[in-house]
Amino acid sequence: MAALDLARLIKAAADTVAAHAEELTALDQAIGDGDHGLNMKRGFEAVRADADAFSVKPLPEALKAIGTKLVMTVGGASGPLFGTLFMALGKEIPADPDRASLTAAFGKAIEAVAARGKSQVGQKTMLDVLQPVHDALAGGKTAAEIADIADAAAEATVPMKALRGRASFLGERSIGHMDAGARSTALLVRTVGQNIGAAA
Amino acid sequence: MSNVGIVIVSHSPLVAEGTADMVRQMVGDEVPLAWCGGNGHGGLGTSVEAIMAAIEKAWSEAGVAILVDLGGAETNSEMAVEMIGEPRAQKIVVCNAPIVEGAVMAATEASGGASLKEVVATAHELSPS
Repeated sequence: MAALDLARLIKAAADTVAAHAEELTALDQAIGDGDHGLNMKRGFEAVRADADAFSVKPLPEALKAIGTKLVMTVGGASGPLFGTLFMALGKEIPADPDRASLTAAFGKAIEAVAARGKSQVGQKTMLDVLQPVHDALAGGKTAAEIADIADAAAEATVPMKALRGRASFLGERSIGHMDAGARSTALLVRTVGQNIGAAA
Repeated sequence: MSNVGIVIVSHSPLVAEGTADMVRQMVGDEVPLAWCGGNGHGGLGTSVEAIMAAIEKAWSEAGVAILVDLGGAETNSEMAVEMIGEPRAQKIVVCNAPIVEGAVMAATEASGGASLKEVVATAHELSPS
């Protein structure tokens, strides 16, 4: 993955989040507190502002710094969850990862997110996208295939009943709406795939 | 101060400040106390940065007990403790207790010079097991 242009990837991710902020907020308004789009946009704009500083660091350090920035700027419960994903990824990934080491690090990062949120797969959260993406990475799928799998996984949270987060207060009424964190995760997976696809 | 410190973390700054006010009036000034609430942008929520600042403000070598309201406050408080890091992190506990009753009872225990373990146990007694 020597061809990874981290500054370009950060800008692409911030563009994606900004372009979908209203959609994410609308999803969150249905079953959460309606701030997910705005929170994610604020966090990724803060990361974008420091993109050049992040991109000169070795990949593990860059990911940890991005995670810390997200924790401090996203707010809500999403800040620590997305922040932990990046911080744990940075802790586990080698400076020049291949598919196998990326997959292994991603698996550890998912465990860290599950621990942070005291959640697991099947509870209508971002984990319901992260886990299938991990499995697709392990299964040798292409970046485009993985992006489609992530979209389908986010879609699959619609009939789920929320057991964690604010949506869990709604119980049965959380059924029929897509989880906003699952959707934002799928959006980011597609953007990352488009920017590292050739290198991975 | 050698007594255990108390930090109050609510999604609402009004709830956090009101709870702190109850602690001050009912328990007094013998306990290091700090509160935070709101997302830092005028809305409901909690901020890791604000929680870290509150822990610094209420810091005591005897430790700090954090009282939280809803789920995100707990997640963000745990994140804040992790970011403060060792060796201090092992002296900070996020309590499983109702925020108002927990804060007042924990502060009452702390004001008598109780250890962090005793303060946390007093707060936890308020939660159904």
